[in-house]
Amino acid sequence: MSVAAPAPTLAERIAAIPDPEVPVISIADLGILRSVEVDEGARAVVVTITPTYSGCPAIEAISDRIRFEAHAQGYAADVRTVLSPAWTTDWMTDEGRAALERFGIAPPGPATAPRAGGPVPVTLSRHVVACPRCGSTDTTEIAHFGSTACKALRRCEVCREPFDEFKAL
Amino acid sequence: MTTPTDPVTDPATDDAGVAREAGSAAYVLALADDALVYAQRLGEWMTNAPQIEEDMALGNIALDLLGQARALYPHVGVLDGTGRGEDDYAMLRDERAFRNVHLVEQERGDFGQEMARLLWFSAWQCELHGRLAAGSDEVLAGVAGKSLKEVRYHLDHARQWVVRLGDGTAESHRRMQAALEWAAPYVDELFDDEPAAAAVAAGVLTAPPSSVRPSVERAVEEVVATATLTMPETPRWRSRGGRDGIHSRPMGSLLAEMQHIARSHPGATW
Repeated sequence: MSVAAPAPTLAERIAAIPDPEVPVISIADLGILRSVEVDEGARAVVVTITPTYSGCPAIEAISDRIRFEAHAQGYAADVRTVLSPAWTTDWMTDEGRAALERFGIAPPGPATAPRAGGPVPVTLSRHVVACPRCGSTDTTEIAHFGSTACKALRRCEVCREPFDEFKAL
Repeated sequence: MTTPTDPVTDPATDDAGVAREAGSAAYVLALADDALVYAQRLGEWMTNAPQIEEDMALGNIALDLLGQARALYPHVGVLDGTGRGEDDYAMLRDERAFRNVHLVEQERGDFGQEMARLLWFSAWQCELHGRLAAGSDEVLAGVAGKSLKEVRYHLDHARQWVVRLGDGTAESHRRMQAALEWAAPYVDELFDDEPAAAAVAAGVLTAPPSSVRPSVERAVEEVVATATLTMPETPRWRSRGGRDGIHSRPMGSLLAEMQHIARSHPGATW
């Protein structure tokens, strides 16, 4: 005899929505889902999300998808976008990082907090990034910006494969 | 009979408080216009950059700036009391109502000129947004705090190219030096205190724009020196008027291209 798994709750359904640009990672694992407040009595949900980058075009697709999930379950949805505190890749879950790596995207390293005022730190992006295919750390940045705002393009000098790096922010 | 209010403890309810808010609205609008107009210029590089990676890079930088503008415009609508939204500001205002500096409206030159412009603009944004992030306006501090992370990356991108071109071939060195000379007359406007005075008085901006000039110049000078280039001499003329809505010739055609669909088909959606 098998016991059917309980149907996922609305909050779980929303948390599991995939990122439209990197569909192997959910919006919860990406760290952009800030809160889900379900009011069962009123059949309403307030969802707060934050964009990865200021101009990230995915934020509208994500809002639409959240509304779609809520309406499909019979809830009214209010999706709010907040900018502060600013998203950081440090909010990405370990599960999310592992999913990125399996997908061939190098997960972000630890983010360094920007300093307000004072001299502007300038780097030449020479941090260490491991190849998601062979694990070698002998990799080179090919382009500062990749296919989306959140990624850079690198090449592994050992297995010679190009790969995306999720930039630490 | 009216109840007297204390303008010091209750600034939101007296006329001076309203005036201060409206005053900072003008500067926030200027910053939004800088971001929007520069996003439009950077977008022109798509399919025109020296390599496809650079199409992507400049497109991504433009997108960050567009995101800043989109977050700022509705806030201007709150501050100035008109309740206008992003499209009202971006698409339905005429040239004289735009408050951006001349630097960002200049036509796309060669790639070196773009990197000189990006170097100055992002070095300035890095410093200025630090002062906004620490300011009293929560929305603005949030936008600035977020953009600060992105703008550092823009600056790094400009730096890498200026160094590569300056310390490259004789031809790239010559053209990168010419690009710095080209940008020099447009730099002053970024540090003009007068348009920001109300925002500084209201605590929205924690220091006047002129106060960030030394650190912005240091950042640029460091890049220029590493690139084996030299800082241009004091320019013989300087752009002015952008913050008052007086623009240079390229602004009209930029707006025509940017606005014509929204204006030809009012209220259209897809």
